Amino acid sequence: MNWFTRTLTSSIGRKLVMSLTGLFLCSFLVVHLIGNFQLLKTDSGEAFNAYAKFMTTFPLIKFISYGLYAGILLHIIQGILLTLENGKARPVAYAYSKAGDTSSWASRNMGLLGTVIFLFLAGHMTQFWGRMHFGEMPMVNLANGDSVKDLYKITMEAFAQPIMVALYVLAMVALAFHLLHGFKSAFQTLGLTHKKYTPTIETLGYVFAIVIPAAFAVIPILVFLMTNK
Amino acid sequence: MQLDSKIPAGSLAEKWTKHKFNVKLVNPANKRKYDIIVVGTGLAGAAAAASFAELGYNVNAFCFQDSPRRAHSIAAQGGINAAKNYTNEGDSVHRLFYDTIKGGDFRAREANVHRLAEVSNDIIDQCVAQGVPFAREYGGLLDNRSFGGSLVSRTFYAKGQTGQQLLLGAYSALSRQIALGKVKMHTRTEMLDVVMVDGKARGIITRNLITGKIEAHSAHAVVLATGGYSNVYFLSTNAMGSNVTAAWRAHRKGALFANPSYTQIHPTCIPVHGTQQSKLTLMSESLRNDGRVWVPRTKGDTRKAKDIPEAERFYYLEEKYPTFGNLVPRDVASRNAKYMCDQGYGVGASKLAVYLDFKDSIKRLGKKAIEEKYGNLFDMYQQITNSNPYEEPMMIYPAPHYTMGGLWVDYNLMTNLTGLYAIGEANFSDHGANRLGASALMQGLADGYFVIPYTIGDYLATQKYDKIPTDHPEFKKALDENKAHLESILSRKGTKTPDEIHIELGRIMMNYCGMSRTAEGLQEARKKVQQLQHDFKNNLKMVGTNDELNITLEKANRVEDFLELGELMILDALNRNESCGGHFREEYQTPEGEALRNDNDFAYVAAWEYTGGAGKDPVLHKEELEFENVKLTQRSYK
Amino acid sequence: MEHTGRSYTIKVWRQKNAQAQGSIQTYPLKDISPDMSFLEMLDILNEQLLQKGEDPIAFDHDCREGICGMCSLFINGRAHGPLTTTTCQLHMRSFENNETIFIEPWRAKPFPVIKDLVVDRTAFDRIIQAGGYVTVRTGSAPDANEILIPKAIADEAMDAASCIGCGACVAACKNASAMLFVSAKVSQLALLPQGQSERKQRAERMVAQMDAEGFGACTNTGACAAECPKQISLVNIARLNREYLSAKISSDNVEEYVPIK
Ligand SMILES: Cc1cc2nc3c(=O)[nH]c(=O)nc-3n(C[C@H](O)[C@H](O)[C@H](O)COP(=O)(O)OP(=O)(O)OC[C@H]3O[C@@H](n4cnc5c(N)ncnc54)[C@H](O)[C@@H]3O)c2cc1C
Ligand code: SF4
Ligand code: FES
Repeated sequence: MNWFTRTLTSSIGRKLVMSLTGLFLCSFLVVHLIGNFQLLKTDSGEAFNAYAKFMTTFPLIKFISYGLYAGILLHIIQGILLTLENGKARPVAYAYSKAGDTSSWASRNMGLLGTVIFLFLAGHMTQFWGRMHFGEMPMVNLANGDSVKDLYKITMEAFAQPIMVALYVLAMVALAFHLLHGFKSAFQTLGLTHKKYTPTIETLGYVFAIVIPAAFAVIPILVFLMTNK
Repeated sequence: MQLDSKIPAGSLAEKWTKHKFNVKLVNPANKRKYDIIVVGTGLAGAAAAASFAELGYNVNAFCFQDSPRRAHSIAAQGGINAAKNYTNEGDSVHRLFYDTIKGGDFRAREANVHRLAEVSNDIIDQCVAQGVPFAREYGGLLDNRSFGGSLVSRTFYAKGQTGQQLLLGAYSALSRQIALGKVKMHTRTEMLDVVMVDGKARGIITRNLITGKIEAHSAHAVVLATGGYSNVYFLSTNAMGSNVTAAWRAHRKGALFANPSYTQIHPTCIPVHGTQQSKLTLMSESLRNDGRVWVPRTKGDTRKAKDIPEAERFYYLEEKYPTFGNLVPRDVASRNAKYMCDQGYGVGASKLAVYLDFKDSIKRLGKKAIEEKYGNLFDMYQQITNSNPYEEPMMIYPAPHYTMGGLWVDYNLMTNLTGLYAIGEANFSDHGANRLGASALMQGLADGYFVIPYTIGDYLATQKYDKIPTDHPEFKKALDENKAHLESILSRKGTKTPDEIHIELGRIMMNYCGMSRTAEGLQEARKKVQQLQHDFKNNLKMVGTNDELNITLEKANRVEDFLELGELMILDALNRNESCGGHFREEYQTPEGEALRNDNDFAYVAAWEYTGGAGKDPVLHKEELEFENVKLTQRSYK
Repeated sequence: MEHTGRSYTIKVWRQKNAQAQGSIQTYPLKDISPDMSFLEMLDILNEQLLQKGEDPIAFDHDCREGICGMCSLFINGRAHGPLTTTTCQLHMRSFENNETIFIEPWRAKPFPVIKDLVVDRTAFDRIIQAGGYVTVRTGSAPDANEILIPKAIADEAMDAASCIGCGACVAACKNASAMLFVSAKVSQLALLPQGQSERKQRAERMVAQMDAEGFGACTNTGACAAECPKQISLVNIARLNREYLSAKISSDNVEEYVPIK
């Protein structure tokens, strides 16, 4: 190993990877959310489908999306490795532990929360992303005449089912807890603490962790309510 | 036996400089051919071990804790003295020298004390360079506070954790040498014996506290830095493991033990409560900077402190000693507290306590300033006593704290056994009959960093390089004796636990050989201690084996030596028919109740030779103290 | 002062030596004063065991003043018990009458149990040996006041330097991470001018040694700082991350670190 890989595989290096990929994924959440809001427009999916088309075909976005896949994979692999290594550091567990007195539940269960999110992501990807890229899709014409895959339709159909909505909301709760710890933790790992700015980062973290997953969750609920009126 | 203190000739101020020039030097390339054993890695030992290794010697260092960072030095709170005169109050090497000699009630060697004052400044430089975070002023310069027995502020401090920071500094220097392979550190290892070969100290016997393995280690010189013996009183401010074993075993091998009865009972400690207490807690003397000591003017007053009006409070130190007030030396402050309580003025449930009040300072400086200076001490006090010293005055009472006595050493810090050195609190050298605050840290580091690295070279330069293998008959003999001895202790299946015997010993020593002593009481005490020695032999309760971590064996092994030391302390106190410093014989006092020295008959160091113990009285050797630069006066702090 | 005796059920980890299997043993205990310290309570239990001819419980302790860092113990699910003091500064008034008290050793791979409640913490010493010092030969220092250090910096360094090396941070952390301990020393010396020459090397080597010892990686749960008896703050860990990463980027060291054994 050279100095670079040694750095990235050190305990702090691994955390650096988690932190950077995590923050990158946070930014992706924002972009994804903007797209999802198109679902709420009452234009029978015109905007949403245009957005979907743009996101899957525009070269720059495609390029970034590879980075995104890599980011997700790295975050997951590194997370698994960290959890395993950290487990090895305490081979004999305490018979009696009151860990809850000194740390938050979320901070101690990032692996579990991550797994829930991962399972959700796997389902989510096969259901929408996989079909969009490789599966059979109904087609629809946009206002400008382009014929595109009708992701809007599939999404609306999915969100009409209560079980889908429930699973989606559950995953967003997990995401919220994951972010509650992850967001500020990422800054701590990068060493970005400062008397003046850390309180702001922490508040921002709370807001982000609650608002973003809540916004994601609201969409399927609204869709569900609208379609099952 | 003729005691030669080897004090260099010449004027006081030049002795050390000249001596440094006159000592023989070891060629830098030859230093790695010499091995040195350092037992104890507190301030003195860690400083010495690191400095030896830097010079090029090979060092084997030992401590009984799991890490050198935990030595008892870590507990020192208040600070360390130096004659920097950063405060512009007219301090100087000579003033520090004079304060220390006077503070010790004129029972220390002038030359040693002067050397101590000379190197005091180097210590501060050294520690700052290591990264010790001493307190600073806003401009970035070092801050000072004042301590008892002195009219200048010369004490450097790091919050209430000075000993910790100094020790961590020495520990870091030691750690560097361990990493470099120049020091081999043996933790959780207790020294049992010194091995003499052809009249020279050439090694030690140790017990590994985890496996029980008894081992021999060979070297060209042996340095003991094993601390003080206040735990002879059982209840003291020393750490639980502090012991006299290393020094005592050297004493048994022929090293003289000097002034064993000079012990310091520290005035500001948290009073004893209950019967199950295991140790006493010191509240740093620095508290006397801002706290005022008082008792109610009426005997047996049971009102709460805050209900007693100002006029009915007796600030006895301020009234009796207007010049020094609350900052009189420790022996004076302790004796006065005891006197007040004996007269019936004591406060608290046990009536064995006086108040130390911060009300006025909080009013004058604000709570924040007090918190900044003493916050951790106040927290500790509250944790232990469940009472808030920001609101109620502290209750304090004297407790055994430091031992000025120790192994006799010459100017080079060598004991009378060739090749065996003693440094730090383990030797007797610099404090006379009473130690001033903030000067033990100074002495430990002076010995370790700036004295012994020179003086040991003077000896080694005359020694051959050849190493003695540990299968040499003398080593084997010592190994066998020590194994047999431990087995004999382990075989005792009586009814008294080592702790029970230790507690009893402590009570006897405190009552008869503590803050005040009488000939009659001491004779009585000797009989009682001998009875306890008998109990230890015949009625000791032991469990377990030697081949394991055996805390009962560790305790018994140490208590045995305390029992013998206790008797020697009593003999020494009996012999000294005068009062001086911490040694107060009720028969010898001034009309005002101050210690009355007898300079004609007792201006000497009492160095005791072991003659076989049990029934055989030790032999006294006297080293006359010569005072050429100070006039012996009745100490006055009025 | 109260002097009513309280009763407790003590459940304590007993393990004969490093190789032996350990288990939790139960001992009833009576007549304990609330003003007694926790370790004095154990002393009493030990005297009773010894009187019965049983081996007393081995536990580490020395100063009993909260400064040497020798005492440990995981008490009722918390490092150093329910308060944020050291175990030796904990008093029985913190426990209800008739309470059951669990006592376990620190649990971490780099802190193997030696006997009963005694663990081996020499890993901490090796981390310091790796770089927790300023190289300064005895006698070579300049006058102390030649190094100016603003009070705020000196105070911050002092706060970091207060670490007593007890290991509660490791014991409390779900990952058994030693980051708080390491960061305290790295911070102290990174803040002070004296520490600048070896600054990069120190951060790199101490972290490498920490990893080699087998401590877990920090996941910022904050349990360490919440449990630290000396209030060492998480800010130090952030500083260590910064020190380490910037050292890795900018130092010219490309050699692999050889851990101290
Ligand atoms: C509570 C308290 C506060 C104090 N405050 C101050 C202060 O503010 N200023 C001041 O100047 N002084 C103070 N002192 C005094 C001062 O701390 C000590 O005198 C000094 O630290 C002693 O240092 P040392 O190196 O000689 O011994 P210690 O620090 O006691 O070290 C002894 C070493 O010897 C080892 N050892 C002992 N016996 C054996 C054995 N048989 N085998 C192997 N190793 C052994 C131990 O493991 C340890 O490493 C204070 C003392 C106490 C108790
Ligand atoms: S950081 Fe705190 S908990 Fe950790 S070793 Fe230091 S003092 Fe103990
Ligand atoms: S025994 Fe020293 S810190 Fe607890």
